[in-house]
Order: sequence, then C-alpha cells, then structure tokens
Amino acid sequence: MSRQASGLMAWLIQRATAVYLAFFLVYVLIHFTLNAPADHAALSAWATRPWVALGLMLFVPVLLAHAWVGIRDVLIDYVHALGARIGLMLLFGFVFIASGLWALKAIITAGLGG
Amino acid sequence: MQTSRPVFLEPWRIKLPLPGVVSILHRVSGILLVLSIPFSAYLFHQALSGPEGFAATAALLGSWPVELALLLLLWSLLHHLLAGIRHLALDMGFGLDRPIARKTARITLIAVPVLLILTLALGGLTA
Repeated sequence: MSRQASGLMAWLIQRATAVYLAFFLVYVLIHFTLNAPADHAALSAWATRPWVALGLMLFVPVLLAHAWVGIRDVLIDYVHALGARIGLMLLFGFVFIASGLWALKAIITAGLGG
Repeated sequence: MQTSRPVFLEPWRIKLPLPGVVSILHRVSGILLVLSIPFSAYLFHQALSGPEGFAATAALLGSWPVELALLLLLWSLLHHLLAGIRHLALDMGFGLDRPIARKTARITLIAVPVLLILTLALGGLTA
C-alpha cells in the first residue's frame, strides 16, 4: 500500500474531503429538491454556471478520494483473501477513475456548449 | 498468558448499542453510495449530453424500480451525512460521554427519516 493512502494520511484525507462533500452535497440536494431542472437547457445552464462548474469539477476528485479510502477500509476489514482483496481494489480503482473522467468530460463538454 | 481468547460472535444474540447501529449503517450506506458512483456518472453524462439524453435519463429515473433505488440512495446519503457529521464531532472530542453519544445516535436515527420525508414532500424523487 502506498504511504500516501495509509494510516494517518488516509484518516486525514477522509475527514478533509468529508467537509467539502457535506457542504457541496447539501447545496446540490437543496437545489435539486426545490428547483430541479425541468429540461436539458435548465440542467446545462445550471452546470455551466462558473461556480457550479468549478464546484462540480472539484467534487469529482474529492468524492473519489473519499470513496477510495472508505471502500479500501471496508475491503481490508472484510475481504481477507489477499488475491480477492487486491482484485476488488483494482476493480473499484478502475471504475472510480473511469467514472470520474466520464463525469469531468460531461462538465467540460457542457461548458464548451456541446 | 492466555493464547486463545474467548470468542462470542453470535450476531443474533449480540445487542448492538445505538451508537453501534449508527456506525454500521454509516458503513452500509457508504458501500451503497460507492456502488452508485458508475451509474451516477453515466446518467449525469447522459442527462447533460443533449435534450434526447435528458429525456432518456428522466424516463429511466421515473420508472419504479429505479425510484426504489433512488429512495435507498437518498436514505444512504442522508444517513451517511448525519452520521458523518456526528463522527467528525466525536473525532474532535465532542459528545464522547456515553449518555450524550447515545442521545446523538438516537437523534441521528430519528432525523434521517424525518429529512427523507421532508425531501420527498418538497421535491419528490425525480423532477
């Protein structure tokens, strides 16, 4: 395991990312509860507002870091066979990176007007 | 020195205290949220891709099996958020005394369904 994602550092990353996720998700939840976009134009107008676009682009890596530390803890606790644990870590890692890139592509393309 | 410690692991006979319930549900909700990541990214991309993509996403999110999954994810998000705030407070040394820890655990377990119903009442599950 890399030193960057182990022990105290992982613990700290988990808490620091949690603070951003809490604020941003409460904002998104309130926005989509009270003012859900009714069509593509409304969703695109929201996602391309500079502060929202920045918030979303920051949200992607912050969420994935948080999810990675969390799922890694779960796998270490419950999957004791080393091969299965490493296999699942690789699977989650690749799925996380693919999801993150796909979400960033959506934000950037919307910003370019596509 | 005793080498083999006594083990008592009968899940149905262990009474988990309320803070333990909040903690295990924090973990369960976290796993559910992790599993939703690829689907969320895919649907977010589809909804932003154009009017057809938005319509397809809205139709999918409106079907009842998906609404059930959304309900589960909304519960997961709210529980993970409130339990997470509670755990952050515990990390900083607030609410560590057992009676207070039990009280905040109880508040969390009550506040999550209340917020869930409030969110559904104000906005519904889908647009």
